[in-house]
Amino acid sequence: MNSLELQAIYVMWMRQLKRFMRARSRLIANIIQPFFFLAFLGLGLRPIKLPGLTTGMSYLDFLAPGMIAMSIIFASMFAGVSIIWDRQFGFLKEILVAPVSRLSIVIGRTFGGATVSIIQGLTILAISILFGAEINLIGLIPGLFMMLLTAFFAVGLGIALASRMEDPHAFSLIMNLIMMPATFLSTAYFPLESAASWLKALIYVNPLTYIVDGLRGCLTSSFSIPPWIDLTVTIFLCTATMSIGTYLFNRSEA
Amino acid sequence: MILLWLQNLYYPLTAEDPRMAIIEARGLTKRFDGLVAVDHIDLDVEEGEIFGFLGPNGAGKTTTIKMLTTLLKPSEGEAKVCGYDVVKQPDLVRKSIGVVFQEPALDDQLTGRENLDFHARLYGLNRREREERIHEVLKLVGLEDRADELVKNYSGGMRRRLEIARGFIHHPRILFLDEPTLGLDVQTRRAIWSYIIELNKREGITIFLTTHYLEEADKLSNRVAIIDDGKILAVDSPRKLKDMIGSDVITLRCSEPNRLKNILESVSWVRDVKRHEEELSIYVEIGETKIPKIIKIAEENGVRISSITLREPTLEDVYLNFTGKKIREEAKPTIRRPPPRLRRWR
Repeated sequence: MNSLELQAIYVMWMRQLKRFMRARSRLIANIIQPFFFLAFLGLGLRPIKLPGLTTGMSYLDFLAPGMIAMSIIFASMFAGVSIIWDRQFGFLKEILVAPVSRLSIVIGRTFGGATVSIIQGLTILAISILFGAEINLIGLIPGLFMMLLTAFFAVGLGIALASRMEDPHAFSLIMNLIMMPATFLSTAYFPLESAASWLKALIYVNPLTYIVDGLRGCLTSSFSIPPWIDLTVTIFLCTATMSIGTYLFNRSEA
Repeated sequence: MILLWLQNLYYPLTAEDPRMAIIEARGLTKRFDGLVAVDHIDLDVEEGEIFGFLGPNGAGKTTTIKMLTTLLKPSEGEAKVCGYDVVKQPDLVRKSIGVVFQEPALDDQLTGRENLDFHARLYGLNRREREERIHEVLKLVGLEDRADELVKNYSGGMRRRLEIARGFIHHPRILFLDEPTLGLDVQTRRAIWSYIIELNKREGITIFLTTHYLEEADKLSNRVAIIDDGKILAVDSPRKLKDMIGSDVITLRCSEPNRLKNILESVSWVRDVKRHEEELSIYVEIGETKIPKIIKIAEENGVRISSITLREPTLEDVYLNFTGKKIREEAKPTIRRPPPRLRRWR
Protein backbone atom coordinates (compact mmCIF):
# COMPACT_ATOMS: atom_id res chain seq x y z
CA MET A 1 0.00 0.00 0.00
CA ASN A 2 1.57 3.30 -1.04
CA SER A 3 1.58 6.55 0.86
CA LEU A 4 -1.31 8.00 -1.16
CA GLU A 5 -3.60 5.25 0.07
CA LEU A 6 -2.46 5.80 3.65
CA GLN A 7 -3.08 9.49 3.22
CA ALA A 8 -6.59 8.68 1.96
CA ILE A 9 -7.30 6.53 5.00
CA TYR A 10 -6.02 9.30 7.22
CA VAL A 11 -8.17 12.05 5.67
CA MET A 12 -11.29 9.92 5.76
CA TRP A 13 -10.62 9.21 9.43
CA MET A 14 -9.82 12.83 10.21
CA ARG A 15 -12.92 14.07 8.45
CA GLN A 16 -15.16 11.87 10.53
CA LEU A 17 -13.46 12.98 13.72
CA LYS A 18 -13.85 16.65 12.82
CA ARG A 19 -17.50 16.23 11.94
CA PHE A 20 -18.02 14.37 15.19
CA MET A 21 -16.43 17.10 17.27
CA ARG A 22 -18.55 19.73 15.56
CA ALA A 23 -21.87 17.92 15.78
CA ARG A 24 -22.26 18.21 19.55
CA SER A 25 -26.00 17.80 19.39
CA ARG A 26 -25.53 14.42 17.75
CA LEU A 27 -23.09 13.33 20.41
CA ILE A 28 -25.61 14.28 23.08
CA ALA A 29 -28.45 12.55 21.20
CA ASN A 30 -26.37 9.39 20.97
CA ILE A 31 -25.46 9.36 24.62
CA ILE A 32 -28.76 10.49 26.10
CA GLN A 33 -30.64 7.26 25.42
CA PRO A 34 -28.19 4.86 27.08
CA PHE A 35 -27.81 7.45 29.83
CA PHE A 36 -31.55 7.33 30.57
CA PHE A 37 -31.59 3.56 30.46
CA LEU A 38 -28.72 3.43 32.92
CA ALA A 39 -30.25 6.05 35.17
CA PHE A 40 -33.86 4.84 35.18
CA LEU A 41 -33.56 1.11 34.56
CA GLY A 42 -30.15 0.58 36.12
CA LEU A 43 -30.79 2.62 39.24
CA GLY A 44 -34.51 1.89 39.39
CA LEU A 45 -34.14 -1.86 39.20
CA ARG A 46 -30.89 -1.97 41.14
CA PRO A 47 -32.01 -4.43 43.88
CA ILE A 48 -33.71 -6.80 41.43
CA LYS A 49 -32.66 -10.44 41.49
CA LEU A 50 -32.75 -12.26 38.17
CA PRO A 51 -31.62 -15.76 37.30
CA GLY A 52 -28.38 -15.26 35.45
CA LEU A 53 -27.11 -12.44 37.64
CA THR A 54 -24.20 -13.92 39.53
CA THR A 55 -24.07 -13.26 43.24
CA GLY A 56 -22.88 -9.82 44.11
CA MET A 57 -23.80 -8.49 40.64
CA SER A 58 -26.34 -5.70 40.60
CA TYR A 59 -28.69 -5.05 37.71
CA LEU A 60 -26.72 -1.89 36.97
CA ASP A 61 -23.53 -3.92 36.63
CA PHE A 62 -25.40 -6.16 34.23
CA LEU A 63 -26.94 -3.38 32.20
CA ALA A 64 -23.83 -1.18 31.75
CA PRO A 65 -21.91 -3.40 29.27
CA GLY A 66 -25.10 -3.89 27.27
CA MET A 67 -25.59 -0.13 26.97
CA ILE A 68 -21.94 0.34 25.96
CA ALA A 69 -22.31 -2.30 23.24
CA MET A 70 -25.56 -0.74 22.02
CA SER A 71 -24.17 2.76 21.82
CA ILE A 72 -21.15 1.48 19.87
CA ILE A 73 -23.34 -0.52 17.48
CA PHE A 74 -25.65 2.39 16.78
CA ALA A 75 -22.94 5.00 16.41
CA SER A 76 -20.90 2.73 14.11
CA MET A 77 -23.85 1.81 11.97
CA PHE A 78 -24.61 5.46 11.62
CA ALA A 79 -21.02 6.17 10.58
CA GLY A 80 -21.24 3.47 7.91
CA VAL A 81 -24.63 4.54 6.68
CA SER A 82 -23.54 8.17 6.42
CA ILE A 83 -22.30 7.25 2.94
CA ILE A 84 -25.92 7.79 1.93
CA TRP A 85 -25.75 11.36 3.11
CA ASP A 86 -22.48 11.82 1.30
CA ARG A 87 -24.18 10.58 -1.82
CA GLN A 88 -27.21 12.77 -1.27
CA PHE A 89 -25.13 15.87 -0.68
CA GLY A 90 -22.77 15.10 -3.53
CA PHE A 91 -19.59 14.70 -1.49
CA LEU A 92 -19.30 11.03 -2.42
CA LYS A 93 -18.45 12.01 -6.01
CA GLU A 94 -15.53 14.08 -4.80
CA ILE A 95 -14.20 10.98 -3.03
CA LEU A 96 -14.91 8.54 -5.85
CA VAL A 97 -13.24 10.65 -8.52
CA ALA A 98 -10.02 10.88 -6.51
CA PRO A 99 -7.11 8.62 -7.51
CA VAL A 100 -7.40 6.39 -4.45
CA SER A 101 -8.81 2.91 -4.16
CA ARG A 102 -12.24 2.32 -2.74
CA LEU A 103 -10.73 -0.07 -0.23
CA SER A 104 -8.82 2.82 1.36
CA ILE A 105 -12.03 4.82 1.49
CA VAL A 106 -13.79 1.97 3.27
CA ILE A 107 -10.89 1.46 5.68
CA GLY A 108 -10.71 5.17 6.48
CA ARG A 109 -14.41 5.38 7.13
CA THR A 110 -14.30 2.25 9.26
CA PHE A 111 -11.49 3.58 11.45
CA GLY A 112 -13.26 6.92 11.68
CA GLY A 113 -16.55 5.33 12.66
CA ALA A 114 -14.84 2.99 15.13
CA THR A 115 -12.92 5.83 16.81
CA VAL A 116 -16.00 7.98 17.18
CA SER A 117 -18.19 5.16 18.48
CA ILE A 118 -15.61 3.89 20.94
CA ILE A 119 -15.30 7.40 22.36
CA GLN A 120 -19.06 7.27 22.91
CA GLY A 121 -18.84 3.77 24.39
CA LEU A 122 -16.17 4.88 26.84
CA THR A 123 -18.31 7.87 27.81
CA ILE A 124 -21.13 5.47 28.70
CA LEU A 125 -18.64 3.37 30.63
CA ALA A 126 -17.57 6.43 32.63
CA ILE A 127 -21.19 7.32 33.33
CA SER A 128 -21.93 3.79 34.56
CA ILE A 129 -18.96 3.90 36.90
CA LEU A 130 -20.23 7.23 38.23
CA PHE A 131 -23.59 5.60 38.87
CA GLY A 132 -21.80 2.93 40.88
CA ALA A 133 -21.49 0.06 38.44
CA GLU A 134 -18.67 -2.30 39.32
CA ILE A 135 -16.48 -2.72 36.28
CA ASN A 136 -13.49 -5.03 36.08
CA LEU A 137 -10.84 -2.58 34.92
CA ILE A 138 -8.34 -5.28 33.92
CA GLY A 139 -11.06 -6.67 31.67
CA LEU A 140 -11.08 -3.32 29.93
CA ILE A 141 -8.13 -4.39 27.78
CA PRO A 142 -9.87 -7.38 26.14
CA GLY A 143 -13.01 -5.23 26.47
CA LEU A 144 -11.53 -2.56 24.18
CA PHE A 145 -10.66 -5.25 21.68
CA MET A 146 -14.28 -6.45 21.74
CA MET A 147 -15.46 -2.86 21.28
CA LEU A 148 -13.24 -2.48 18.25
CA LEU A 149 -14.59 -5.70 16.68
CA THR A 150 -18.12 -4.56 17.49
CA ALA A 151 -17.50 -1.22 15.81
CA PHE A 152 -16.03 -2.87 12.70
CA PHE A 153 -19.02 -5.19 12.50
CA ALA A 154 -21.52 -2.34 12.69
CA VAL A 155 -19.64 0.03 10.34
CA GLY A 156 -19.44 -2.81 7.81
CA LEU A 157 -23.15 -3.41 8.19
CA GLY A 158 -23.83 0.30 7.73
CA ILE A 159 -21.66 0.51 4.59
CA ALA A 160 -23.35 -2.56 3.13
CA LEU A 161 -26.78 -1.06 3.78
CA ALA A 162 -25.75 2.34 2.42
CA SER A 163 -24.40 0.82 -0.79
CA ARG A 164 -27.74 -0.82 -1.48
CA MET A 165 -30.04 1.97 -0.34
CA GLU A 166 -30.84 5.13 -2.22
CA ASP A 167 -33.22 6.54 0.30
CA PRO A 168 -32.05 7.71 3.72
CA HIS A 169 -35.53 7.07 5.12
CA ALA A 170 -35.12 3.35 4.60
CA PHE A 171 -32.36 3.50 7.18
CA SER A 172 -34.61 4.69 10.00
CA LEU A 173 -37.06 1.96 9.04
CA ILE A 174 -34.35 -0.67 9.37
CA MET A 175 -33.23 0.82 12.66
CA ASN A 176 -36.75 0.68 14.10
CA LEU A 177 -37.90 -2.60 12.61
CA ILE A 178 -34.75 -4.68 12.91
CA MET A 179 -32.25 -3.08 15.24
CA MET A 180 -34.70 -2.26 18.03
CA PRO A 181 -35.99 -5.85 18.51
CA ALA A 182 -32.47 -7.14 17.95
CA THR A 183 -31.16 -5.08 20.87
CA PHE A 184 -33.96 -6.32 23.13
CA LEU A 185 -33.13 -9.89 22.19
CA SER A 186 -29.40 -9.46 22.68
CA THR A 187 -29.30 -9.89 26.49
CA ALA A 188 -28.48 -6.20 26.78
CA TYR A 189 -31.48 -5.67 29.07
CA PHE A 190 -32.10 -9.03 30.69
CA PRO A 191 -30.03 -12.17 31.16
CA LEU A 192 -30.31 -15.13 28.86
CA GLU A 193 -31.10 -17.36 31.84
CA SER A 194 -34.23 -15.46 32.82
CA ALA A 195 -35.83 -15.56 29.35
CA ALA A 196 -38.70 -17.90 28.43
CA SER A 197 -37.50 -20.88 26.42
CA TRP A 198 -38.94 -19.69 23.06
CA LEU A 199 -37.23 -16.35 23.63
CA LYS A 200 -33.98 -18.14 24.35
CA ALA A 201 -34.08 -19.64 20.88
CA LEU A 202 -34.40 -16.17 19.36
CA ILE A 203 -31.64 -14.83 21.56
CA TYR A 204 -29.29 -17.59 20.44
CA VAL A 205 -30.02 -16.83 16.79
CA ASN A 206 -29.41 -13.13 17.27
CA PRO A 207 -25.80 -12.27 16.40
CA LEU A 208 -25.81 -9.27 18.73
CA THR A 209 -26.15 -11.66 21.70
CA TYR A 210 -22.57 -12.87 21.30
CA ILE A 211 -21.22 -9.36 21.02
CA VAL A 212 -23.05 -8.17 24.13
CA ASP A 213 -22.19 -11.30 26.11
CA GLY A 214 -18.56 -11.08 25.08
CA LEU A 215 -18.24 -7.48 26.16
CA ARG A 216 -20.11 -8.11 29.41
CA GLY A 217 -17.85 -11.05 30.13
CA CYS A 218 -14.77 -8.86 29.71
CA LEU A 219 -16.10 -6.04 31.85
CA THR A 220 -17.79 -8.04 34.63
CA SER A 221 -16.21 -11.52 34.34
CA SER A 222 -19.68 -13.00 33.98
CA PHE A 223 -20.28 -14.90 30.74
CA SER A 224 -23.56 -16.66 29.82
CA ILE A 225 -21.95 -18.17 26.74
CA PRO A 226 -18.40 -19.60 26.62
CA PRO A 227 -16.02 -16.72 25.80
CA TRP A 228 -14.41 -18.50 22.86
CA ILE A 229 -17.82 -18.84 21.19
CA ASP A 230 -18.50 -15.12 21.74
CA LEU A 231 -15.14 -14.23 20.25
CA THR A 232 -15.43 -16.60 17.29
CA VAL A 233 -18.92 -15.42 16.40
CA THR A 234 -17.91 -11.76 16.74
CA ILE A 235 -14.82 -12.17 14.56
CA PHE A 236 -16.91 -14.04 12.01
CA LEU A 237 -19.59 -11.31 11.98
CA CYS A 238 -17.02 -8.60 11.70
CA THR A 239 -15.25 -10.26 8.75
CA ALA A 240 -18.56 -10.98 7.04
CA THR A 241 -20.04 -7.47 7.21
CA MET A 242 -16.73 -5.81 6.34
CA SER A 243 -16.27 -8.00 3.26
CA ILE A 244 -19.85 -7.57 2.11
CA GLY A 245 -19.70 -3.84 2.80
CA THR A 246 -16.46 -3.42 0.84
CA TYR A 247 -17.75 -5.55 -2.01
CA LEU A 248 -21.02 -3.64 -2.33
CA PHE A 249 -19.35 -0.26 -2.00
CA ASN A 250 -16.91 -1.23 -4.77
CA ARG A 251 -19.79 -1.91 -7.09
CA SER A 252 -21.89 1.11 -6.22
CA GLU A 253 -21.91 4.11 -8.50
CA ALA A 254 -21.92 7.74 -7.57
CA MET B 1 -15.50 44.02 -21.79
CA ILE B 2 -12.57 42.55 -19.94
CA LEU B 3 -13.84 39.15 -20.84
CA LEU B 4 -13.88 39.95 -24.51
CA TRP B 5 -10.45 41.44 -24.33
CA LEU B 6 -9.08 38.41 -22.53
CA GLN B 7 -10.69 36.15 -25.02
CA ASN B 8 -9.11 37.97 -27.92
CA LEU B 9 -5.73 37.47 -26.34
CA TYR B 10 -5.71 33.75 -26.74
CA TYR B 11 -8.37 33.33 -29.32
CA PRO B 12 -6.13 32.96 -32.38
CA LEU B 13 -3.99 30.35 -30.65
CA THR B 14 -6.41 27.51 -31.01
CA ALA B 15 -8.14 28.31 -34.24
CA GLU B 16 -5.22 27.70 -36.59
CA ASP B 17 -2.86 25.83 -34.38
CA PRO B 18 -3.89 22.20 -34.05
CA ARG B 19 -2.27 20.81 -30.95
CA MET B 20 -2.20 17.46 -29.31
CA ALA B 21 -5.62 16.02 -28.48
CA ILE B 22 -5.87 15.80 -24.71
CA ILE B 23 -9.31 14.23 -24.81
CA GLU B 24 -10.00 11.76 -27.54
CA ALA B 25 -13.28 9.86 -27.78
CA ARG B 26 -14.37 7.47 -30.49
CA GLY B 27 -17.91 6.15 -30.73
CA LEU B 28 -18.46 6.84 -27.04
CA THR B 29 -21.91 5.54 -26.07
CA LYS B 30 -23.90 5.11 -22.88
CA ARG B 31 -27.21 3.31 -22.60
CA PHE B 32 -29.42 3.21 -19.53
CA ASP B 33 -32.04 0.47 -19.69
CA GLY B 34 -32.47 0.76 -23.42
CA LEU B 35 -32.38 4.56 -23.42
CA VAL B 36 -29.41 5.95 -25.31
CA ALA B 37 -28.07 8.89 -23.30
CA VAL B 38 -24.89 9.36 -25.32
CA ASP B 39 -24.90 8.09 -28.87
CA HIS B 40 -21.57 7.28 -30.56
CA ILE B 41 -19.87 10.60 -30.07
CA ASP B 42 -16.39 11.49 -31.27
CA LEU B 43 -14.41 14.18 -29.49
CA ASP B 44 -11.01 15.77 -29.94
CA VAL B 45 -10.21 18.36 -27.35
CA GLU B 46 -6.91 20.13 -27.80
CA GLU B 47 -4.51 20.86 -25.01
CA GLY B 48 -4.88 24.35 -23.58
CA GLU B 49 -8.27 25.20 -25.01
CA ILE B 50 -11.58 25.90 -23.36
CA PHE B 51 -13.94 23.44 -24.91
CA GLY B 52 -17.64 24.11 -24.50
CA PHE B 53 -20.18 21.34 -24.57
CA LEU B 54 -23.48 23.03 -25.34
CA GLY B 55 -26.87 21.42 -25.20
CA PRO B 56 -30.18 21.41 -23.37
CA ASN B 57 -30.84 19.47 -20.17
CA GLY B 58 -30.99 15.77 -20.86
CA ALA B 59 -28.82 16.02 -23.99
CA GLY B 60 -26.16 13.74 -22.50
CA LYS B 61 -23.63 16.29 -21.26
CA THR B 62 -23.32 15.08 -17.69
CA THR B 63 -23.26 11.45 -18.78
CA THR B 64 -20.38 12.27 -21.12
CA ILE B 65 -18.47 13.99 -18.31
CA LYS B 66 -19.09 11.04 -16.01
CA MET B 67 -17.64 8.68 -18.60
CA LEU B 68 -14.62 10.88 -19.27
CA THR B 69 -13.96 11.20 -15.52
CA THR B 70 -14.22 7.40 -14.96
CA LEU B 71 -17.36 7.61 -12.81
CA LEU B 72 -19.43 5.72 -15.38
CA LYS B 73 -18.37 2.92 -17.68
CA PRO B 74 -19.17 3.47 -21.35
CA SER B 75 -21.53 0.92 -22.92
CA GLU B 76 -19.59 1.15 -26.15
CA GLY B 77 -16.70 2.99 -27.73
CA GLU B 78 -13.57 4.31 -26.06
CA ALA B 79 -12.12 7.47 -24.67
CA LYS B 80 -8.63 8.62 -23.82
CA VAL B 81 -7.97 11.43 -21.40
CA CYS B 82 -4.39 12.73 -21.26
CA GLY B 83 -3.48 9.65 -23.27
CA TYR B 84 -4.93 7.22 -20.73
CA ASP B 85 -7.85 4.93 -21.38
CA VAL B 86 -10.79 5.79 -19.11
CA VAL B 87 -11.76 2.15 -18.64
CA LYS B 88 -8.37 0.46 -18.49
CA GLN B 89 -6.36 3.14 -16.67
CA PRO B 90 -8.88 4.95 -14.47
CA ASP B 91 -6.34 5.79 -11.76
CA LEU B 92 -4.00 7.54 -14.18
CA VAL B 93 -6.93 9.45 -15.65
CA ARG B 94 -8.07 10.51 -12.16
CA LYS B 95 -4.62 11.76 -11.24
CA SER B 96 -4.50 14.06 -14.24
CA ILE B 97 -7.95 15.61 -14.04
CA GLY B 98 -9.96 17.90 -11.79
CA VAL B 99 -13.74 17.81 -11.74
CA VAL B 100 -16.38 20.28 -10.62
CA PHE B 101 -19.71 18.52 -10.60
CA GLN B 102 -23.06 19.98 -11.44
CA GLU B 103 -24.39 19.44 -7.93
CA PRO B 104 -22.26 20.81 -5.13
CA ALA B 105 -19.84 18.21 -3.75
CA LEU B 106 -18.49 19.93 -0.64
CA ASP B 107 -18.58 18.83 2.96
CA ASP B 108 -20.48 21.68 4.55
CA GLN B 109 -19.49 20.62 8.06
CA LEU B 110 -15.89 21.46 7.22
CA THR B 111 -14.37 24.87 6.57
CA GLY B 112 -13.38 25.98 3.10
CA ARG B 113 -9.72 25.44 3.91
CA GLU B 114 -10.40 21.98 5.33
CA ASN B 115 -12.26 21.00 2.17
CA LEU B 116 -9.24 22.07 0.13
CA ASP B 117 -6.84 20.31 2.47
CA PHE B 118 -8.89 17.11 2.30
CA HIS B 119 -8.71 17.23 -1.47
CA ALA B 120 -5.01 18.08 -1.63
CA ARG B 121 -4.18 15.13 0.59
CA LEU B 122 -6.33 12.79 -1.49
CA TYR B 123 -4.18 13.77 -4.46
CA GLY B 124 -0.95 13.23 -2.59
CA LEU B 125 0.34 16.78 -2.15
CA ASN B 126 2.89 17.10 0.64
CA ARG B 127 2.58 19.59 3.46
CA ARG B 128 4.55 22.39 1.81
CA GLU B 129 2.75 21.99 -1.51
CA ARG B 130 -0.58 21.92 0.27
CA GLU B 131 0.03 25.16 2.13
CA GLU B 132 1.32 26.88 -0.96
CA ARG B 133 -1.41 25.72 -3.30
CA ILE B 134 -4.28 26.31 -0.88
CA HIS B 135 -3.08 29.84 -0.43
CA GLU B 136 -2.74 30.34 -4.20
CA VAL B 137 -6.10 28.94 -5.20
CA LEU B 138 -7.96 30.74 -2.44
CA LYS B 139 -6.45 33.96 -3.70
CA LEU B 140 -7.37 33.24 -7.28
CA VAL B 141 -11.03 32.74 -6.42
CA GLY B 142 -11.03 35.51 -3.83
CA LEU B 143 -11.94 33.44 -0.78
CA GLU B 144 -8.93 34.08 1.49
CA ASP B 145 -10.99 35.99 4.04
CA ARG B 146 -13.68 33.37 4.38
CA ALA B 147 -11.47 30.26 4.19
CA ASP B 148 -11.84 29.35 7.84
CA GLU B 149 -15.60 29.51 7.95
CA LEU B 150 -17.76 26.42 7.73
CA VAL B 151 -18.96 25.84 4.19
CA LYS B 152 -22.56 25.67 5.38
CA ASN B 153 -22.36 29.43 5.88
CA TYR B 154 -21.21 30.03 2.30
CA SER B 155 -23.45 31.43 -0.42
CA GLY B 156 -24.06 29.52 -3.65
CA GLY B 157 -21.49 31.58 -5.52
CA MET B 158 -18.84 31.10 -2.83
CA ARG B 159 -19.40 27.35 -2.88
CA ARG B 160 -18.93 27.28 -6.63
CA ARG B 161 -15.73 29.31 -6.37
CA LEU B 162 -14.44 26.98 -3.67
CA GLU B 163 -15.22 23.98 -5.83
CA ILE B 164 -13.43 25.47 -8.81
CA ALA B 165 -10.46 26.25 -6.58
CA ARG B 166 -10.50 22.69 -5.32
CA GLY B 167 -10.75 21.30 -8.84
CA PHE B 168 -7.36 22.62 -9.89
CA ILE B 169 -5.44 22.55 -6.62
CA HIS B 170 -3.53 19.41 -7.61
CA HIS B 171 -2.36 20.83 -10.97
CA PRO B 172 -4.62 18.77 -13.21
CA ARG B 173 -4.03 18.96 -16.93
CA ILE B 174 -7.76 19.15 -17.57
CA LEU B 175 -10.49 20.67 -15.50
CA PHE B 176 -14.01 19.38 -16.13
CA LEU B 177 -16.73 21.84 -15.24
CA ASP B 178 -20.29 20.56 -15.39
CA GLU B 179 -22.67 23.53 -15.65
CA PRO B 180 -20.39 25.73 -13.55
CA THR B 181 -22.83 28.62 -13.25
CA LEU B 182 -26.12 26.76 -13.00
CA GLY B 183 -28.51 28.56 -10.72
CA LEU B 184 -26.21 31.51 -10.04
CA ASP B 185 -27.18 35.13 -10.51
CA VAL B 186 -25.82 37.15 -13.41
CA GLN B 187 -23.11 38.94 -11.45
CA THR B 188 -21.79 35.79 -9.83
CA ARG B 189 -21.89 34.08 -13.20
CA ARG B 190 -19.69 36.75 -14.72
CA ALA B 191 -17.28 36.52 -11.83
CA ILE B 192 -17.03 32.75 -12.28
CA TRP B 193 -16.36 33.27 -15.97
CA SER B 194 -13.45 35.51 -15.29
CA TYR B 195 -12.01 32.96 -12.82
CA ILE B 196 -12.29 30.27 -15.47
CA ILE B 197 -10.57 32.39 -18.10
CA GLU B 198 -7.90 33.44 -15.64
CA LEU B 199 -7.29 29.82 -14.72
CA ASN B 200 -7.01 28.73 -18.30
CA LYS B 201 -4.59 31.51 -19.03
CA ARG B 202 -2.49 31.46 -15.87
CA GLU B 203 -2.22 27.74 -15.26
CA GLY B 204 -2.60 26.65 -18.85
CA ILE B 205 -5.23 24.13 -17.91
CA THR B 206 -7.43 22.66 -20.60
CA ILE B 207 -11.03 23.27 -19.65
CA PHE B 208 -13.91 21.08 -20.68
CA LEU B 209 -17.15 22.73 -19.74
CA THR B 210 -20.75 21.82 -20.25
CA THR B 211 -23.45 24.41 -20.29
CA HIS B 212 -26.88 25.13 -21.55
CA TYR B 213 -26.27 28.88 -21.40
CA LEU B 214 -25.51 30.11 -24.89
CA GLU B 215 -23.80 33.22 -23.67
CA GLU B 216 -21.52 31.15 -21.47
CA ALA B 217 -20.49 28.87 -24.32
CA ASP B 218 -19.98 31.88 -26.56
CA LYS B 219 -17.92 33.98 -24.13
CA LEU B 220 -15.74 31.24 -22.72
CA SER B 221 -15.13 28.61 -25.33
CA ASN B 222 -12.47 28.48 -27.98
CA ARG B 223 -14.50 25.73 -29.54
CA VAL B 224 -18.03 24.58 -28.96
CA ALA B 225 -19.62 21.20 -29.56
CA ILE B 226 -23.38 21.27 -29.94
CA ILE B 227 -25.01 18.19 -28.52
CA ASP B 228 -28.64 17.17 -28.67
CA ASP B 229 -30.25 13.81 -27.89
CA GLY B 230 -26.86 12.27 -27.23
CA LYS B 231 -25.41 13.20 -30.60
CA ILE B 232 -22.86 15.85 -31.50
CA LEU B 233 -24.26 18.02 -34.27
CA ALA B 234 -21.39 20.43 -34.85
CA VAL B 235 -17.97 21.34 -33.47
CA ASP B 236 -16.18 24.59 -34.18
CA SER B 237 -15.28 27.98 -32.79
CA PRO B 238 -18.31 30.11 -31.91
CA ARG B 239 -17.28 32.54 -34.64
CA LYS B 240 -17.16 29.91 -37.36
CA LEU B 241 -20.38 28.32 -36.19
CA LYS B 242 -22.09 31.66 -36.50
CA ASP B 243 -20.50 32.34 -39.88
CA MET B 244 -21.94 29.09 -41.13
CA ILE B 245 -25.43 30.49 -40.98
CA GLY B 246 -24.61 33.82 -42.58
CA SER B 247 -23.49 37.18 -41.44
CA ASP B 248 -26.88 38.54 -40.43
CA VAL B 249 -30.20 37.36 -39.10
CA ILE B 250 -33.46 39.12 -39.85
CA THR B 251 -36.27 38.08 -37.55
CA LEU B 252 -39.81 39.07 -38.31
CA ARG B 253 -43.34 38.45 -37.20
CA CYS B 254 -46.07 38.38 -39.79
CA SER B 255 -49.60 37.24 -40.56
CA GLU B 256 -48.79 34.10 -42.55
CA PRO B 257 -45.38 32.86 -41.52
CA ASN B 258 -45.59 29.55 -43.38
CA ARG B 259 -46.47 31.10 -46.70
CA LEU B 260 -43.81 33.79 -46.40
CA LYS B 261 -41.28 31.14 -45.43
CA ASN B 262 -42.01 29.16 -48.58
CA ILE B 263 -41.73 32.25 -50.74
CA LEU B 264 -38.48 33.41 -49.17
CA GLU B 265 -36.88 29.99 -49.44
CA SER B 266 -36.89 30.29 -53.22
CA VAL B 267 -35.17 33.70 -53.15
CA SER B 268 -31.55 33.41 -54.25
CA TRP B 269 -29.93 35.67 -51.61
CA VAL B 270 -31.67 33.98 -48.70
CA ARG B 271 -29.39 31.34 -47.19
CA ASP B 272 -31.99 29.78 -44.95
CA VAL B 273 -35.30 30.44 -43.25
CA LYS B 274 -36.36 28.91 -39.96
CA ARG B 275 -39.75 29.24 -38.41
CA HIS B 276 -40.12 29.15 -34.70
CA GLU B 277 -43.67 29.60 -33.49
CA GLU B 278 -44.84 32.90 -34.97
CA GLU B 279 -41.35 34.11 -35.73
CA LEU B 280 -39.28 33.71 -38.88
CA SER B 281 -35.49 33.87 -38.80
CA ILE B 282 -33.99 34.69 -42.18
CA TYR B 283 -30.26 34.17 -42.64
CA VAL B 284 -28.70 36.58 -45.16
CA GLU B 285 -25.59 38.60 -45.99
CA ILE B 286 -25.56 42.40 -45.53
CA GLY B 287 -28.89 42.34 -43.78
CA GLU B 288 -29.59 46.07 -43.81
CA THR B 289 -30.00 46.02 -47.59
CA LYS B 290 -32.29 43.01 -47.47
CA ILE B 291 -34.93 44.39 -45.09
CA PRO B 292 -36.62 46.62 -47.73
CA LYS B 293 -36.53 43.77 -50.19
CA ILE B 294 -38.21 41.39 -47.75
CA ILE B 295 -40.86 43.93 -46.90
CA LYS B 296 -41.52 44.40 -50.60
CA ILE B 297 -41.82 40.66 -51.21
CA ALA B 298 -44.22 40.36 -48.29
CA GLU B 299 -46.39 43.22 -49.52
CA GLU B 300 -46.52 41.83 -53.06
CA ASN B 301 -47.81 38.55 -51.64
CA GLY B 302 -50.28 40.14 -49.26
CA VAL B 303 -48.44 39.10 -46.07
CA ARG B 304 -48.63 41.69 -43.33
CA ILE B 305 -45.42 42.15 -41.31
CA SER B 306 -45.94 43.29 -37.74
CA SER B 307 -42.31 43.62 -36.67
CA ILE B 308 -38.86 43.18 -38.16
CA THR B 309 -35.39 43.30 -36.62
CA LEU B 310 -31.85 42.82 -37.78
CA ARG B 311 -29.10 41.34 -35.65
CA GLU B 312 -25.92 39.35 -35.78
CA PRO B 313 -26.32 35.62 -35.43
CA THR B 314 -25.87 34.15 -31.96
CA LEU B 315 -25.20 30.61 -30.90
CA GLU B 316 -28.95 30.40 -30.38
CA ASP B 317 -29.35 30.69 -34.16
CA VAL B 318 -26.70 28.06 -34.66
CA TYR B 319 -28.50 25.84 -32.25
CA LEU B 320 -31.86 26.49 -33.87
CA ASN B 321 -30.31 25.80 -37.22
CA PHE B 322 -28.98 22.41 -36.19
CA THR B 323 -31.81 21.17 -34.03
CA GLY B 324 -34.86 23.05 -35.28
CA LYS B 325 -35.60 24.21 -31.75
CA LYS B 326 -34.53 26.84 -29.31
CA ILE B 327 -32.31 25.76 -26.48
CA ARG B 328 -34.21 27.66 -23.84
CA GLU B 329 -37.19 25.42 -24.26
CA GLU B 330 -35.16 22.62 -22.77
CA ALA B 331 -36.17 20.15 -25.47
CA LYS B 332 -37.71 17.57 -23.19
CA PRO B 333 -38.86 18.34 -19.71
CA THR B 334 -36.56 16.26 -17.57
CA ILE B 335 -38.17 14.79 -14.52
CA ARG B 336 -35.85 15.45 -11.66
CA ARG B 337 -36.53 14.27 -8.22
CA PRO B 338 -35.94 17.15 -5.85
CA PRO B 339 -33.60 16.04 -3.11
CA PRO B 340 -35.78 15.03 -0.20
CA ARG B 341 -35.50 17.18 2.84
CA LEU B 342 -33.42 15.15 5.13
CA ARG B 343 -33.57 14.70 8.76
CA ARG B 344 -30.02 14.49 9.90
CA TRP B 345 -29.15 12.74 13.07
CA ARG B 346 -27.31 15.46 14.78
